[in-house]
Amino acid sequence: MTAALTQTPKAKNFQRLKALGLSVTSTIQHQGCGSKGGSGKSSCGSGAGAGDLPEEIWEKVKNHPCYSEEAHHYYARMHVAVAPACNIQCNYCNRKYDCANESRPGVVSEKLTPEEAAKKVLAVASLIPQMTVLGIAGPGDPLANPDKTFKTFELVAKKAPDIKLCLSTNGLALPEYVKRIKDFNVDHVTITINMIDPKVGEKIYPWVFYKHKRYKGKEAAKILSERQLEGLEMLTAEKILCKINSVMIPGINDEHLIEVNKAVKSRGAFLHNIMPLISAPEHGTYFGLTGQRGPTAQELKALQDKCEGQMNMMRHCRQCRADAVGLLGEDRSSEFTKEKIASIELNYDIETRNAYKMQVEQERQKRVAEREKELKEIAKENSELKILVAVATKGGGKINEHFGHAKEFQIYELSTKGSKFIGHRRVDLYCQGGYGEEEALETVIRAIRDCVAVFVAKIGSCPKEALEKAGIETVDRFAYEYIEKAAVSYFKEYLRKVNAGLIHPTKKEDALIRQGALVPLN
Amino acid sequence: MAYKIVASQCTGCSACEPECPNGAIYEKEGIFAIDPEKCTECIGFFDEPQCVSVCPVDNTCVIDKSRPRYKAKK
Repeated sequence: MTAALTQTPKAKNFQRLKALGLSVTSTIQHQGCGSKGGSGKSSCGSGAGAGDLPEEIWEKVKNHPCYSEEAHHYYARMHVAVAPACNIQCNYCNRKYDCANESRPGVVSEKLTPEEAAKKVLAVASLIPQMTVLGIAGPGDPLANPDKTFKTFELVAKKAPDIKLCLSTNGLALPEYVKRIKDFNVDHVTITINMIDPKVGEKIYPWVFYKHKRYKGKEAAKILSERQLEGLEMLTAEKILCKINSVMIPGINDEHLIEVNKAVKSRGAFLHNIMPLISAPEHGTYFGLTGQRGPTAQELKALQDKCEGQMNMMRHCRQCRADAVGLLGEDRSSEFTKEKIASIELNYDIETRNAYKMQVEQERQKRVAEREKELKEIAKENSELKILVAVATKGGGKINEHFGHAKEFQIYELSTKGSKFIGHRRVDLYCQGGYGEEEALETVIRAIRDCVAVFVAKIGSCPKEALEKAGIETVDRFAYEYIEKAAVSYFKEYLRKVNAGLIHPTKKEDALIRQGALVPLN
Repeated sequence: MAYKIVASQCTGCSACEPECPNGAIYEKEGIFAIDPEKCTECIGFFDEPQCVSVCPVDNTCVIDKSRPRYKAKK
């Protein structure tokens, strides 16, 4: 303790972060990402196309893992399940299903009161200083539970003012609450919009409950769509950032989502997140039971690519639970049950939190500088070639996970334009039961078989062999390096080999996005 | 008669509670129940029983046949 007292504030922060298990690098002078105007801001921008954001928008999204692909490598979010009631029914949702080992929207292990939720937020903030965002996303609809939702925001804002507040809604009740959303400083709102045409909508929504009446069919979809778009317009008029979530349902709204994209773009939405339908039969949803399939990896990517233009596409969504805690690729909710929270010492420390943010800004600049150096090199090459690589990472934008420990792989598309994050593939499954090592390996291969290589920190010789057999090169020479830098460097080499006739690129098989039900990481 | 909630079906989502014009719905050990003395089947308030209309699980809010139909007081 005496030693700590004589330390400089910087050294103290270093100790605090270290005690929480966060990686801390050297302490170079903080440059303030985005604070230098034009050049500073673009150099800090997202590698996923958010590079030239206006200053005020970058300030809003730079620490928000769900609004910035770049931020999701560093920052964590949490959802509190204070809003169980819903005012519509969706064919991809089953409210009766509740399995603690299942991870997808609409699922939670325990409901919380606003008071319990506020306590949980402080407990998480005490142990995870990189948690910057509190979202309310159900398990029902936040705006169908307005009192609980806004009470939670009020309590959290009082005790942890640096935490960003956001909510995710189906939009039916949205127009009534835009003023309250504004008053409570909620500056990020996600609306799930799956259609703008009631003919499409009636296949997705069996009913909505609106003004004391249950509406069905096209009438229901028409009401919902009108309210969603009206709410979106009202929010963007108030300069509240809006993300649109759309569930891609092959044969029902896949092509139509291009129209949805145009409609939301023209109304000022900031980000569009097209997600694959989750429809495992064991979830008991209407789509699960009728055998409606979700999209393949290539179908999803093709649609996202078509919609990408003036509007940012989100590709790093993990479709998390309504009580998820942690970085997007992980779920630490099981560490923060009501029971466990009772024994966590609440120590909401703004200094530690700010120290982490400073650390991230430094990391970001280093990462960007490394990437830009590589980009200059690759820009000289002239080729139309595009390849995918899978990366084992546990955050920080680095190749820092052992192949065998990876619960998901991040997928990057490499070309002469550099590297682009295009998605992730979860490979942790539990519901298929009794799988051995070999089966687990097959699962991984099915999930990344559209990639030419997998980047890992380390890999054993057995899986290495199996992967190479499946046409996936295992690459461990970039261990602990920045993903983008390694990716560009790999691509340069790959291109050289192709040009020299040593590699003949072939069309890779399509990959599976989700396999079976998912388990939160413990 | 009054409406009742089939306990095994109730998800405890609470959607019905604020919709009831009679304040007849209450929480009991994580799920919800209807006080039959207060339930008016929404007669005199709405065209359709609100708990039935808002409930996410079919056949969960149902008529309690052991009770006579509610008659609006004149």
